[in-house]
Amino acid sequence: MNNKRIDEATGTETVGHEWDGIEELNTPLPRWWLWTFYLCVLFSIGYVIVYPAIPLLNKGTEGLWGWTSRGQLAEEMAEAEKAHADVRAKLAQVPVEQLPEDPALMAAAVAGGRAAFKVNCVQCHGSGAAGGAGYPNLNDDDWLWGGDLKAIETTLIHGIRQHGDKATRQSQMPGFAGAWDAAQLGAVTDHVLSFSGKAKSSAVGAQLYADNCITCHGDAGQGDRAQGAPALNDAIWLYGSSRADIERQILKPRMGMMPAWGDRLDPVTIRMLAAYVHSLGGGEDFVEAAEQPAATPDEQP
Amino acid sequence: MNNPEIIPPPTEKLYASSRTVHNKRIDGPFRRFKWAMMIVTLTIYYVTPWIRWDRGPYAPDQAVLVDLAGRRFYMFGIEIWPHEFYFVAGMLIMAGIGLFLVTSAVGRAWCGYACPQTVWTDLFQHIDRFVDGDRNARRRLEEAPWTYGKVLRRAFKWAIYLAIAFATGGAWILYFADAPTLFRQFFALEAAPVAYVTVAVLTLTTFVLGGFMREQVCIYMCPWPRIQTAMLDEKSLIVTYKDWRGEPRGSVKKAEKSPGEFGDCIDCMQCVAVCPTGIDIREGPQIGCITCALCIDACDRVMKDVGRPRGLIDYATLEDCKSEAAGAAPRPVWKTLLRPRTLIYFAIWGGIGLALLFALGVRSHTDLTVSPDRNPPYMLLKDGSVRNAYTLRLRNMESRPRKMEVALKGLDGAVFWTDTIGRGQAARRQTFTVPADELLTVHAYVMAAADTASGDFAFTLTSLDEQRESDTVDTQFNAPGGE
Repeated sequence: MNNKRIDEATGTETVGHEWDGIEELNTPLPRWWLWTFYLCVLFSIGYVIVYPAIPLLNKGTEGLWGWTSRGQLAEEMAEAEKAHADVRAKLAQVPVEQLPEDPALMAAAVAGGRAAFKVNCVQCHGSGAAGGAGYPNLNDDDWLWGGDLKAIETTLIHGIRQHGDKATRQSQMPGFAGAWDAAQLGAVTDHVLSFSGKAKSSAVGAQLYADNCITCHGDAGQGDRAQGAPALNDAIWLYGSSRADIERQILKPRMGMMPAWGDRLDPVTIRMLAAYVHSLGGGEDFVEAAEQPAATPDEQP
Repeated sequence: MNNPEIIPPPTEKLYASSRTVHNKRIDGPFRRFKWAMMIVTLTIYYVTPWIRWDRGPYAPDQAVLVDLAGRRFYMFGIEIWPHEFYFVAGMLIMAGIGLFLVTSAVGRAWCGYACPQTVWTDLFQHIDRFVDGDRNARRRLEEAPWTYGKVLRRAFKWAIYLAIAFATGGAWILYFADAPTLFRQFFALEAAPVAYVTVAVLTLTTFVLGGFMREQVCIYMCPWPRIQTAMLDEKSLIVTYKDWRGEPRGSVKKAEKSPGEFGDCIDCMQCVAVCPTGIDIREGPQIGCITCALCIDACDRVMKDVGRPRGLIDYATLEDCKSEAAGAAPRPVWKTLLRPRTLIYFAIWGGIGLALLFALGVRSHTDLTVSPDRNPPYMLLKDGSVRNAYTLRLRNMESRPRKMEVALKGLDGAVFWTDTIGRGQAARRQTFTVPADELLTVHAYVMAAADTASGDFAFTLTSLDEQRESDTVDTQFNAPGGE
């Protein structure tokens, strides 16, 4: 290894290694480079002291400045909260049905609602708010309990069939298992399907419907939002549109429940959720007359 | 033969301390060119942010502005949006190939005249000369003990360094915001913290790199000299010492005593004295040579004084040196410039430039993007009709609000409304006012009759002004009916 020699062209010594005829010059580093290196070492010592750095058995060193990534996140969240503070303050003041008068505030509410929806609502209604069998689709224009901003907010606050909430939306479809024989059941089903032109009604069916169903679902199957009775004359069927689905729903009705969010989320978040759901494409305009919430518990269908 | 100052003696030492280069004042054509370049480049740097350019009431009136927050890049009549970043990429590629082109044509001209490190080093060396005097005075002062007078002198000089460094850092931020406003805010302590941090960092780097590091940056830190080594060949124009003419060196007296024995170089060391990086060009091409050609000025003057032909140190290619050494006549410079390599580089460089200009000329100032909502892909409405939702982005690249119309093409019978236009106003075409120089995002709901099958259709955007610019975007309508 000791074949160091002076390179003629540069006058610099080689390091003494040779690989396939390639030699390396032992060019001295500039002194300032060395100082830069020492400075970096000093910096890293300071870094280790002020920042969490060395892992120990239970937890690592914490550093003099007490920085943590969680702490930083909390700080950033607080900052974001602060940035939203004026929007939230405004939202707390403006009644939800007046939101559309302020497009900028409405847009902010929709954006906030989109985020809150992803956390609280997607479990049942799906990430695209398209629902599923038994879980209403919030994109369409069919609403059991009303689709204006106020009605949506009421549903959000009190829920549907929520135990313990006096103002919850309450209704019940009675089951007809055992009450009708197969022919009667078929006749009623035909009558229900006839609203959307999918079957032919009969006198028996019409009579049975008039006796048992008309109070809630209406003479033309238009439903009744005051009681959350679904319209039977449209293309949307929460529990399926086939004859078998409808017959099963008549015999042993299923009725969904939605939790009341009034005591879980703050009023502003609920307002934002209402705005978001309203914005999904089926939102209806608020009409003063529709204000009466159907909160009175139903006695009997 | 070798100046002990220039080449460190062979040593086991691991670290070499750097010596300050005290370059001597020189005048000559190259020095004057360097002055001109310095004035031009510094003027461009300091004046550009202050040039105004009227773009109407909806856009900034600064000629060159990199608006990071607004995501716009303004350069005189050109405005670049983020989606057009390929223009910037193209310009960077042109800058890269431009460097190749310049290198193959005139060697390290960038290093010698236009590189900011060179320009600022030159500037700082003039400050040195202004405060401390020329080469010998500066050397004496450096070796002198730290007397009261020296401290005062140094403090004065460094204060000037700092002022220049601050002006350098300060001018930089003016490219990123409205210059007069930012200038006022900066001194009223109302500017954003990032402005002060940027100025502080750039002031420090200019102070250190220009005031103290100087040629060390070129020799140790900059990758460009290394790339140059790969770019230069025997046909490249470099500043070179014609050793066949100069060697062996001997003073005028010696040459008089024994004529014919010595070359033209009288070993006066003027080429070394004027060199801003402190090298000896007579050792051949080297990484420290930035080809500023000041040594040519110095040598030509000496040759004139001793009555010998100029050009002992000169711009030449190694190939020419060889043929000249063999007795051939010097080749004209244009022959060095016009060779396949430079021509090909120029063709590529110019081609990219023309392509960019063409793209810039024909680009539309109106654009539509359509992204269908995938979740859910379609919606059934009460009456059985099918609804699809789309996010439309209407881009208005003009600096004025424009009315634009979006219409459905295909999908007969379908109508659409949006998040701002209610279902009551559903129609096949809707009109929007897109704010000046902005993107309008619209959520559109397209509704088709119950029996509509899935299929293709398109949105058409038309600007309702004299330009009548339009854009058509094909997209898909989903329905339970399937294909």
